[in-house]
Amino acid sequence: MSKHTKMRLSESGLDQIESELTKYPPDRRQSALMAALRIAQDEHGWLSPELIEQVAEITGVPAVRAYEVATFYSMYDLEPVGQHKIEVCTNISCMLRGCDRVVNHLKQRLGIDFNQTTKDGKFTLREVECLAACAGAPMMAIDHDYYENLDEAKIDLILEGLK
Amino acid sequence: MSDVEIEIDGKTYPAKSGEMLIEVTDRNGIYIPRFCYHEKLSVAANCRMCLIEVERAPKPLPACATPVSNGMKVHTRSEIATEAQKGTMEFLLINHPLDCPVCDQGGECPLQDQALGYGKDNSRFLERKRSVPSDDIGPLIATEMTRCIHCTRCVRFGEEVAGVMEMGAPGRGEHVRITTFLDNTIDSEVSGNMIDLCPVGALTSKPFRFAARSWELTDHQSISSHDCLGSNILIQTLRNRVERVVPKENSDINECWLADRDRFSYQAIHSESRLTKPLIQRDGSWQEVDWETALTYTADGLRSIIEKGKAEQIGGLAHPMSSLEEFHLFQKLMRALGSENIDFRLQQNDFRDDDIAPRFPASELPIKDYARQSSILLIGSNIRKEQPLLSLRIRQGWREGKTTISAINPIDFDLNFECAVNEIAPDSAMLSRIAALANAIADLAGTPVPDEISTLSDDSDVALIARQLITAGQEGTIILGAFAQQHLDASLLKMISIWIAEITGSRLAVLAPGNSAGGALANCLPGTNGLNKQAMFASDMSGFVLLGGQLELDCLDAYVATKALKNADFVVQLTAFKPDPHEQNIHVVLPICSFAETSGNYINCEGRIQNSQVAIPPIGESKPAWKILRVLGNFLNLDGFDQITLDDVTKEVLEVMNSSDRTPSCRMKKFRLHAPITPTHDGLIPITYMPMYRGDALVRNASALQNSSDNPGPLVSLHPDTIKEHSLENGDWIEIGNGDVSACLQIIAEPRVAKDCVLIPAGYIETVNARAPGPLRIAKSNQEKS
Amino acid sequence: MSVQINRELIADRFSSLRYSSGVCLPPLYQKQPWALDSYQKNGGYQALEKVLSGEIDPTEIVEVLKISNIRGRGGAGFPVGVKWSFMPRQSDDQKYVVCNSDEGEPGTCKDRDIMRLNPHALVEGMALGGYVMGASVGYNYIRGEFHEPYQSMEQAIKEAREAGYLGKNILDSGFDFELYNHLGSGAYICGEETALLNSLEGKKGEPRFKPPFPAVFGLYGKPTTINNTESFASVPTILRGNGKWMDGQWFRGLGVENSGGVKIFSVTGHVNKPGNYEIKMGTPFTKLLDMAGGVWKNRKLKAVIPGGSSVPVMPAEAILAAKMDYTSLQENGSALGAGSVIIMDETTDMVNVLERISKFYYEESCGQCTPCREGTGWLFRIIQRINRGRGTIEDLDTLLDVANRIEGRTICALGDAAAWPVQSFLKHFRHEFEAKIKPIQSDAA
Ligand SMILES: Cc1cc2nc3c(=O)[nH]c(=O)nc-3n(C[C@H](O)[C@H](O)[C@H](O)COP(=O)(O)O)c2cc1C
Ligand code: SF4
Ligand code: FES
Repeated sequence: MSKHTKMRLSESGLDQIESELTKYPPDRRQSALMAALRIAQDEHGWLSPELIEQVAEITGVPAVRAYEVATFYSMYDLEPVGQHKIEVCTNISCMLRGCDRVVNHLKQRLGIDFNQTTKDGKFTLREVECLAACAGAPMMAIDHDYYENLDEAKIDLILEGLK
Repeated sequence: MSDVEIEIDGKTYPAKSGEMLIEVTDRNGIYIPRFCYHEKLSVAANCRMCLIEVERAPKPLPACATPVSNGMKVHTRSEIATEAQKGTMEFLLINHPLDCPVCDQGGECPLQDQALGYGKDNSRFLERKRSVPSDDIGPLIATEMTRCIHCTRCVRFGEEVAGVMEMGAPGRGEHVRITTFLDNTIDSEVSGNMIDLCPVGALTSKPFRFAARSWELTDHQSISSHDCLGSNILIQTLRNRVERVVPKENSDINECWLADRDRFSYQAIHSESRLTKPLIQRDGSWQEVDWETALTYTADGLRSIIEKGKAEQIGGLAHPMSSLEEFHLFQKLMRALGSENIDFRLQQNDFRDDDIAPRFPASELPIKDYARQSSILLIGSNIRKEQPLLSLRIRQGWREGKTTISAINPIDFDLNFECAVNEIAPDSAMLSRIAALANAIADLAGTPVPDEISTLSDDSDVALIARQLITAGQEGTIILGAFAQQHLDASLLKMISIWIAEITGSRLAVLAPGNSAGGALANCLPGTNGLNKQAMFASDMSGFVLLGGQLELDCLDAYVATKALKNADFVVQLTAFKPDPHEQNIHVVLPICSFAETSGNYINCEGRIQNSQVAIPPIGESKPAWKILRVLGNFLNLDGFDQITLDDVTKEVLEVMNSSDRTPSCRMKKFRLHAPITPTHDGLIPITYMPMYRGDALVRNASALQNSSDNPGPLVSLHPDTIKEHSLENGDWIEIGNGDVSACLQIIAEPRVAKDCVLIPAGYIETVNARAPGPLRIAKSNQEKS
Repeated sequence: MSVQINRELIADRFSSLRYSSGVCLPPLYQKQPWALDSYQKNGGYQALEKVLSGEIDPTEIVEVLKISNIRGRGGAGFPVGVKWSFMPRQSDDQKYVVCNSDEGEPGTCKDRDIMRLNPHALVEGMALGGYVMGASVGYNYIRGEFHEPYQSMEQAIKEAREAGYLGKNILDSGFDFELYNHLGSGAYICGEETALLNSLEGKKGEPRFKPPFPAVFGLYGKPTTINNTESFASVPTILRGNGKWMDGQWFRGLGVENSGGVKIFSVTGHVNKPGNYEIKMGTPFTKLLDMAGGVWKNRKLKAVIPGGSSVPVMPAEAILAAKMDYTSLQENGSALGAGSVIIMDETTDMVNVLERISKFYYEESCGQCTPCREGTGWLFRIIQRINRGRGTIEDLDTLLDVANRIEGRTICALGDAAAWPVQSFLKHFRHEFEAKIKPIQSDAA
């Protein structure tokens, strides 16, 4: 646990936050809060309380405010996650086109359930709400990329690539 | 200024366009249920309990967030309205535990009341109820978060009113959970108000927990005298015990709020440390005696001094929280004994202007107007901790954009508003900075500034503050806080401030502790040849009569106070609390009642007299202080001590006071500036202060307050750089003192303290030696403590 | 440690583009439609140039938009021209235009295509909006998961700035306009315009109570206009007309009475060719279904949700009789919403579908107001229980009652969006729910 206490934003992370801040009026630093949390998470994989506090300080909001924001939005991870986040949409359009098969295959292949991480720390599997790629259903997102029109074979190929 | 008319349930009412419907119904006594709405908080409109029918609106509208418009027709009890309210009630109850029998809110719970009115008997909710973990959020507030209905009053209070966001609402949807970040505690100076605001039993008073059911309690009106506001309180009792203190709304003073110390200090009343029997010091230890013995002993002790012709060497010191009647009889007794050495100003250190001083320390600005100033200048005030509720008012004006605030302070205090200019000026720099301000104001106003002032000035740029005060004119107020009043050159600070106020048209406020106004108006002050507190400590006193408190803890100059006591032949103390078992300097201790056990009057900074009622009978054998003083008068065969009831005393003191003016004024009888006392410092500058929860015996004996984060403990704060310069580390133990005597204390790094300053808390025995007069030296202690 | 991603497997930008009228979606033939020069070849930025040359008064543009009859494409269908006319143009106060690219309504995937295929249309549309409404700053709020559209928009803004279409003193007109992309972080509710504003201010995405409306009290308390991506992206083409400048009639004429122009329909679910179809308003549903290759696996149509998961479901008969425009869909018992047409074939288990939809609203409720926070979870749990064979017949009444007690009682329309599916599924497919409820006798046994 003591490892987390050292989590701080790097210089480059701080620079990125500075450049996000330029988008907003100078007295509206809070507008960059979400971006700052994202940058912090991209650097460290997840948002530790210390990172949230640091981001709060940078953007000039009370720590509990930053914590509210970090817990409101689903893309922030408040606990460590795998190297890759696999997010499968199970919402209506994907459901109608067989996301169950995608989910089962992924669970089986990775040997984990939703919200779990593989033992090697590579993959975290998640169920997500509609990602607005319904025309490519069933679909999933891995990190930043969308994979659409999935079937078992395609999933295997994708996961091979991520080895 | 109504400008529209609306119809509610068939009757026409005048209203202001743009105000919310609920304001109109509340004003006219039409009841609309609500949970999230509170007149002192922003409108959240999230509970949906106040839904009512507005004609031509397609759906029910929340009364708290619907602005009125002319001709609007509203139905608060129609089918549509009640159906909507019932619907909300059902939603609120599905996840609310049915634990009213064990809930402290029971009997004063709007949810419970409304459930009776609107709820269904049989829940259709067949799913599992949500359960929410409750964190430990400190000594003041107990949590039971499963009961929370997410009205966010507590969150809004912190963010909007208090200015410290202690509570938040992390999470989303059903998982929203009211909590703190990282198990932080909730114990800032006004957080107890969240207990009152929480409409359910999610946030309740921790000290009150399970003590009583609310309907069993009896209310007694009283006044809190921890600060100069005179907040109105209700003491709630059950079977002769004070179980709780809650605010009594007074829009001119405390509104619906209380500072935590007003709310929780009652804990001291029934604490272990209450003194229940008179004590006499014999052979180095305390012995319980009966009243007769104690009084005889006291009278003999005093008489023996008088008989030696040393009546003029008896000093009388009262605690500023005493009541008007206590002050009156106290000074009367002292004078009858033949002594004019009378004082209550335990935290003041410069008395050179006593002869030209106004009647009492006052605020020329009415309390209710503190939110309406266009400019406020704080001089030596950590107002947030000194006068918490005034600070809320100032914050309100600041939040609404009405007030610009500046400060000239010895420390960069953590205030609950932002200062446009925040001058940090420790010690003698306070004086030169205010002189500089006078200079700048004279420049702008084209007035000559008296030479005595201009020679004191430094060359700092305070033009911005000067401009603010000049522009504000009568809408500006200068506040002299605790640090200004305890300053060695307090009389100069005051005089220059008055000069500034006169040039700019500003008002002045001298915010003194407790019932100081009462003390001054009762003339609990040195007579013509009498000694003030400081002079008493400096001369060879033969005896002391002490009323309330404990000098070593109540005085900032505790070191000299202790010495003075030690030198005296006879010291009698009237107090509600047990003395230190090792105390050697006091000879007899007489147990007095706390404020809850006796009635009395208090005068606030506006000159307003308020009465406090008896709530419970005396604890143990303690007696009201006024009675003891009167009986002492009898024991000593003095004239004028034949009052039978407290009313007689009140009448007497009011008669004396009638001749004096209670109009608040801070102006001196003439302009006179003394030579500044500039202590020569080689290096470190000591700044002593009284922590919020150490300044009187009540707070010191209230365990919840003592356990809160506002009780810092006997720690010495230094700027991190200063710590480094002295080759010390945060957390080190140091020897601190004048070279002859010293204390061994732990240091803590605090960037808010200016470099080369040492912030020492009074109110702790441990720090007394650190406050010995003379140059301040610190060195790493080789005597490691743990 | 380094990972080789097989980029070919990532969905390509054209994958869901099926039919374009060339308004918001680019012409089908173009290779790199997102590039500035491609856009310009199709007439891009001509409208901005023309308008900034000073020939056209902002109020005229509002008039053209009113005539064109374009209605907001984000779901509520409020006329764009009318909304733009609400902005206090005269005041010198800072004003903002904000684009809602949060696209979260299940079944909707059109704004993603606009941003990755035709980002300059949005840039130009927002710049025009800024000019018309006197706003010098615009924000495009993009949902957090849209990495590719975000990159594409960033690139477009960069190109536009370099080409002088954004920034200070654009095309020497004296008009300044800065445009920024702002990424969300995963919350459907941020599609609701006031929640979006709070999110843009760095707060939780909780909707604000209205009034005051954003046109009076919007971003940072300043007057603000919020439109959907497709709404903004339509504006340049509308102003260009079909070769005739400022001819609102042309766009209007593409559609039908009350529903001007063309609109993108995202056709998903049980069809052979799911994808985005930018077609004329008023096109019969049967024609759209044909374009999408008909119901898959030669099955029969059972039901359609025509506007995204929150609008009422329509049984086959109703939708087959309807045309794809605001009025017709409403007359047939539903709404056009965001134009997300979800097709369900005869094998579809409607209880299952409703369970999934209800779960969505339960997951996505912001938790602020009581009926939505408590009610959405209640709805979901009852439906789930019924779906698992543990429901009672009284549950159906409770369901409807709970839905009715959410509808119209919440701060924002998410409550309605959660209630409507429940009401409509029960109305049209009650028998499927009853079939899953065990007979009373066996329950007692
Ligand atoms: C729960 C909820 C979600 C919404 N999501 C979106 C969305 O993802 N995209 C969108 O453009 N509008 C969405 N809206 C509608 C917006 O509030 C708003 O009406 C719209 O952005 C206005 O733009 P338009 O007039 O151009 O349609 C949503 C509304 C609600 C109540
Ligand atoms: S804890 Fe009490 S005051 Fe705070 S949100 Fe919950 S019910 Fe409201
Ligand atoms: S009191 Fe009006 S919504 Fe809560």
